[in-house]
Amino acid sequence: MIVKIEARLNRDRPVWRRAAGVRAALTLMIGGTVLAACGSTSPATSAPSATPTPVCTGTTANPGYSNGLATVSGQATTLSGAGSTFVAPMMSVWTKAYATANSVQVAYQSVGSGAGIAQLQANTVDFGDSDAFMKDSDIAKAKGPVVQIPLVQAPVVVAYNLPGVASGLKLDGDTIGKIFSGGITVWNDPAIKALNPAITLPSTPVAVAHRSDGSGTTAIFTDFMTQTSPAWVTALGGSTTSVGKTVAWPVGIGGKGNEGVSAVISQTPGGIGYIELDYAIAQHQTYADVKNKAGNFVEPCEQTAANATVGITSYPSDLRVDIVNQSSNAQAYPITGLTWALVYQNQTKAATAAALVNFFSWVLTKGQDLTGSVNYTPLGPTLQALCIAQLKKITVNGTPVSP
Amino acid sequence: MPSPAGVGGGIAASTVRVAPTLLKRGRPRFADRIFGTSVSVMGGIVLVVIVGMVVFLVLEGLPAMQHYGFFSFITASRWTPSTAFPNVSHPNPYGILQFIYGTMLTSIIGMIIAVPLAVGAALVITEVAPQRVKGPLSGLVDLLAAVPSVVYGFWGIFALIPAIKPVVDFLTTTLGTVPVIGVAFQGPFFGVSYFSAGLVLAIMVLPIIAAVCREVFRSTPRNEKEAALALGATRWEMIRIAVLPRARSGIVGASLLGLGRALGETIAVTMVIGNAVLHINGSIFSQGATMSSVIANEFTEATEPFHLSALFVVGFWLLIVALVVNIVARLVVHRGVAL
Repeated sequence: MIVKIEARLNRDRPVWRRAAGVRAALTLMIGGTVLAACGSTSPATSAPSATPTPVCTGTTANPGYSNGLATVSGQATTLSGAGSTFVAPMMSVWTKAYATANSVQVAYQSVGSGAGIAQLQANTVDFGDSDAFMKDSDIAKAKGPVVQIPLVQAPVVVAYNLPGVASGLKLDGDTIGKIFSGGITVWNDPAIKALNPAITLPSTPVAVAHRSDGSGTTAIFTDFMTQTSPAWVTALGGSTTSVGKTVAWPVGIGGKGNEGVSAVISQTPGGIGYIELDYAIAQHQTYADVKNKAGNFVEPCEQTAANATVGITSYPSDLRVDIVNQSSNAQAYPITGLTWALVYQNQTKAATAAALVNFFSWVLTKGQDLTGSVNYTPLGPTLQALCIAQLKKITVNGTPVSP
Repeated sequence: MPSPAGVGGGIAASTVRVAPTLLKRGRPRFADRIFGTSVSVMGGIVLVVIVGMVVFLVLEGLPAMQHYGFFSFITASRWTPSTAFPNVSHPNPYGILQFIYGTMLTSIIGMIIAVPLAVGAALVITEVAPQRVKGPLSGLVDLLAAVPSVVYGFWGIFALIPAIKPVVDFLTTTLGTVPVIGVAFQGPFFGVSYFSAGLVLAIMVLPIIAAVCREVFRSTPRNEKEAALALGATRWEMIRIAVLPRARSGIVGASLLGLGRALGETIAVTMVIGNAVLHINGSIFSQGATMSSVIANEFTEATEPFHLSALFVVGFWLLIVALVVNIVARLVVHRGVAL
């Protein structure tokens, strides 16, 4: 009976009651004990329905990397870092676990990749973190050569709010590009229909949601559209301006942060936007399966994001690499990016250098086993080994920190 | 050394009656000097901070102003940091006219809604409501001012926007189809918009305007009100004859105080305006951006060439707009200009 009430509420409920928090409160008021049953009837909270790719069921095994560097003695007991908000949830898990295990406090300020680079250039932090690697022009403004170390793979999902359409909507890069550049304005557009013959699409107007603040999430997402959608590149005036942490969005609603975009999507029937997987799961958003390089529509999850580096064998020696839509693996989720730790190659304080090498060595080995708790993905083995090698480049006044 | 009589003595003798105990105190002059100095220092610090802020804004904005030209910012209305290049100075990718437009439009919408409401609320509190309701009512209106602006934004997204959506959808299909003026009311309405921001601003500035109006209305001489009533005026006529004419410049001053707050309000507006920075959108139901919202949104990741500097230029112009409004407010209040 309660399920029936909930189902009716879903159908008749005014829009303002669809907010996740209000819905939870409402469900609790109706009867807290049947929360799970109620949740399963609500389209917004239902688990991803059956997809042709059962890869995302179950859990992945931890990589259990054990190729860490030998602990360098004489390390400082505190480290300070600043940068990407994208990696912040992951970083807080790492810093907490690391403090417990090694009594070294790592203070990470989640101020944004741009601010992270600026603080590293000003040498006010021990390390920076950015979702887009430092370009030569960025390094030129720094106080010396910078070692850039990928830390984790992270998927960006295309979330949508389409009453009556549960998860499992299929989209390819060109269609996504057309939607986000204003070429597709209604949900029953032939292009979307062609990809989803089994779904009855409403004629609701498409409400595009994007980030209003500069963001690594935007960089990864626009990188994907630039690679896969000529319509997107044309609308943005060429492939140099169609990718980056901020782009000139031709249409749409800007939301500040993942939470802002998420709020726009859940508040707007017909809404579509891009957010981190972790955030989409926490906010019970529905999200699309995206066509990858191999031509399959793949659901984003830890496993498929891990596949994003499968098959990539050659990396540049400075690890400034773009993994978005690069893997030809059949089950690779294409909108998966990296975040880079930024460390001065030549350190001036031995204690800080030792602490940095120890911390990142731990992050790249034991830390990779903790990624699942926040829906990030461990680095693939080839890339991980190269990252460890990157750490060996760090020196103190010319002498390598780790022999 | 100042003479023992001191400055205070002179004033006391000529104009002010000072209690004899004060004059008899043993060592007031040393304390006076400390007090005088410390007060001057504090006052000076305030002045230095204000002047320093303006200088700082100009200095930080200078690279972008020099590169693109001082006036090129307010003559362009396209904000595309991604198309900025260090060696290209024309056209200016950091046009800010659409932000000035957004700031003005949201503030004006807010004022149109808030001023009548606030004047009405103040009249109810001072003249209409029964004595025992006045106190609590007055307190409630003041409480609105205590709500943090981020809460207003939150409430705007999750409660206000869904509540007004049916009304606005109706307006876009009726008013929006009228020739000429229809352009300003066109849909589709996705919730976040200039109008939503204006509505949130209205509620935010309401307590400020209402509080000042309340004090203004209270200062109406009792005998004038009673005279009006004695002549046979109804309560409404009494308010029209005795209260409102005297309060006119006070209402204008209160409104301009509210406008000052509305112009600079950042986080609540950022949450409900939609943050479309690309160009001016004609419809009040479409997405836009204000000067303060674009700064709040972009400064953390302002990594494009001249990006951060251009944001300081936005801040500079916001300061100019706010200064102009404040100066006009002072002139209006002091000269009692009737509007």
